[in-house]
Amino acid sequence: MAWLNIVLQGTLLGGLYALFAAGLSLMFGVMRLVNIAHGDLIVLSAYCSLVIVQATGLHPLLSLGLVVPLMFAFGYALQRGLLNRTLGGDILPPLLVTFGLSVIIQNALLETFSADSRRLQAGALETASLRLGDAISLGWLPIIVFATAVLVIALLRFLLYRTALGRAFRATSDDPETAQLYGVDIRHVFGLATAVALSVLSIAGVLLAIRTNFDPTIGPARLLYAFEAVTIGGLGSPWGTLAGGIILGVAQSLGAAFDPGFEILAGHLAFLAVLLVRPRGLFPRMAD
Amino acid sequence: MTIREAWRIERSTAASRAALVAAGLALAVLVSLPFWGDSGDMRLVVEICYYLALAQLWNLLAGYTGLVSVGQQAYVGLGGYMFLALSVLWGLPPLLALPFAGAGAALVALPTAFVVFRLRGAYFAIGTWVVAEVFRLLLALVTPLGGGTGMSLPVAVVQALAEGRAVRDALIYYLGLGLGVGTVLLVFLWLRSRYGLALTAIRDSESAAASVGVDNPRTKLAVYLIAAALAGLAGGLIFLEKLRISPDAAFSVGDWTASVIFIVVIGGIGSIEGPILGTIVFFALRALLADYGAWYLITLGLLAVATMLVAPQGLWGVIARSLGLELFPVRRRLRRLRSGTGSRREQ
Amino acid sequence: MNLLETDGLTAFYGDFQALFGVDLAIAEGEAVAIIGANGAGKSTLLRTITGQLAAPAGRVRFAGSPIGSLAPYRIVRHGIALVPEGRRLFSSLSVEENLRLGEQCRRQGPWTLERVYRLFPALARRRQAPAPALSGGEQQMAALGRALMTNPRLLLCDEISLGLAPTVIRDIYAALPGIRAQGTSVLIVEQDTNRALAVADRVYCLQEGRVTLSGAPRELTRDRIRRAYFGV
Repeated sequence: MAWLNIVLQGTLLGGLYALFAAGLSLMFGVMRLVNIAHGDLIVLSAYCSLVIVQATGLHPLLSLGLVVPLMFAFGYALQRGLLNRTLGGDILPPLLVTFGLSVIIQNALLETFSADSRRLQAGALETASLRLGDAISLGWLPIIVFATAVLVIALLRFLLYRTALGRAFRATSDDPETAQLYGVDIRHVFGLATAVALSVLSIAGVLLAIRTNFDPTIGPARLLYAFEAVTIGGLGSPWGTLAGGIILGVAQSLGAAFDPGFEILAGHLAFLAVLLVRPRGLFPRMAD
Repeated sequence: MTIREAWRIERSTAASRAALVAAGLALAVLVSLPFWGDSGDMRLVVEICYYLALAQLWNLLAGYTGLVSVGQQAYVGLGGYMFLALSVLWGLPPLLALPFAGAGAALVALPTAFVVFRLRGAYFAIGTWVVAEVFRLLLALVTPLGGGTGMSLPVAVVQALAEGRAVRDALIYYLGLGLGVGTVLLVFLWLRSRYGLALTAIRDSESAAASVGVDNPRTKLAVYLIAAALAGLAGGLIFLEKLRISPDAAFSVGDWTASVIFIVVIGGIGSIEGPILGTIVFFALRALLADYGAWYLITLGLLAVATMLVAPQGLWGVIARSLGLELFPVRRRLRRLRSGTGSRREQ
Repeated sequence: MNLLETDGLTAFYGDFQALFGVDLAIAEGEAVAIIGANGAGKSTLLRTITGQLAAPAGRVRFAGSPIGSLAPYRIVRHGIALVPEGRRLFSSLSVEENLRLGEQCRRQGPWTLERVYRLFPALARRRQAPAPALSGGEQQMAALGRALMTNPRLLLCDEISLGLAPTVIRDIYAALPGIRAQGTSVLIVEQDTNRALAVADRVYCLQEGRVTLSGAPRELTRDRIRRAYFGV
């Protein structure tokens, strides 16, 4: 039964990873752009919430009401102002520019907030737990995070498959040149894709900040988890990304149960295993 | 009646010949440094040399074979730890342990390539990063080598290198110099050779290269393995000099990859001169902004981003294009010899 | 005023010049065909009109406005739609989703999903199918339908008979009168000269980037066409 508890907790953790991954997957799907600064943007969102909470006294979850629109706007501006200039064939420019962005964000946060570890206070929510029977005890916060992840992914799926914008995203992903012939303004669509991606990762960032301690340097690790979840799940399928996140979370939890020092390594090894056996992921939907 | 035209293939230019002389002079000065400089100067030169080596290797990977790796720190760290293992656990003399560490890194690179080559483009980049993290986490579990907190190089190993402090410093200095100059030379000779032509072809167009018979997978693997071997060698030397190793230091993305990438990007990808120029700029900036903490890295990042947007060929690319310069003669020029006209035409 | 006019239009792919001063005019309601061998510049001409290839603003005029320098997504909003060579349907999208993409232009007009399905009943049967699952003929119908959904004033068709069986081509071309009846002007690029001459009010012949012949089909003899086509 203890194992069931571990697997369940890993599943809930997977929800957070799926949230990390969803934005990354969207950006790559629409624009073939892998944002190396992805993890650092998650951390930026956390600090954004911190500033708002400290200034207004709002509960962190309520700060989302400000953080998400802010990051939406920032994402649109970032894409149209900077990242659109890097797209167009060669893989080096977007990679290196987002890599530079990653270093800039990390160090700007370091200068502004110092390397001190922070945490967003969520009150009673942090320790409240749900008991199911004798052996199963799940924190309410992880449950909320998982539920949020499922909701966000469902919304993303709705966006992609049931709206005109989603059709534009998918058409642009298939053939940007032809999409333009039918009225799609590529630069605007790219901007929206990044705006949506950053909105999603900002939710992840705030939830992360409530769950664990954070500091300016934890970004890259989040990027790796997001990347691993996307790769395990496969490209183009929002539910696949959720599955990927869950698998990663469960692997990490099992690893941690074996030995605390083994937690992250177990996740990486699970990723490498999937990569060896199924390079395109477990539930790929899109052609690469 | 046929007009006879004689053609000659030339490699060097006036500029490259001048550069050769200048380089020779600089090298002579550097070789003599242990006799008149202090240990601080020597350490700086060694540091410049191993950054130069890592930059040339990353340039070879990313600029020529299109393998943009964000995980070369895997082999730097691995080399450091292999050097430690070989000299501490197996008692190998340090001068032997170094090349073996490099070979060991290449050996590990082989199955690693099998895994990461399944990924393309940016996914390959992050995949290599994950691999480096795996190495870091695995080595943190190896207690004989210091575990998570790392360990200092035992006195016995240090003594085995050479008895006196001055001799040791000089030895490490020459090893570093050799690494730096040697890597540049290796890259130069490789690119100048027939095999180098394949690399340059891949750089310009992978599909075109493949269509004329260049074995892309084999070439890429060769470059990846050599890069791993030399990064491993560098890693061994780096930690021999630092006298202390830890997983975080050995596999640091910031130290061994971010800095290297910025050097190559700012200096200029896809040429030998680029990384050299980039290394100079990097160390100049570091000296200039030493007191400004995180601003130094922010500046570096901004410069890299700006370079990529405005001048993707880097500083050297801009210089070379406007002056038509090539200091390392890797290209072949066709020169027509006809009585009266000594016209030069580039191939 | 002509619906579409080009004035000494040139086009370059890097250093390579593909069009050398092409003068073209299409009046509202007309069907015009452009014939020519491979490499004559027909597709290049269409790419320039639709904005995929850069042109000086004034060299291409649509309903009097200069459109030469506009981006493709703007030009289609003016009312020019292209059915690209090779169809180029979106492979991740279903037939209906491909058709609905035309709605991005937000142009008003007679063409709706229902009308497109009435024009091409075969498509209606396959509306949820993924685009790659369709036969060549069905894909061509879908590509035509997609362009029609933008409610264009001018429809450009780039080699719509390419790779299709004769009966299928006949069916596709049978749809053209229905399209013209809605008021859409048509510019057809074809290698199949007979097909083009049968359907068009006027014909232009391109050869190596230049207009070598133009006129109504009944005015042009086989001989003149052959000479203009091959340049001999």
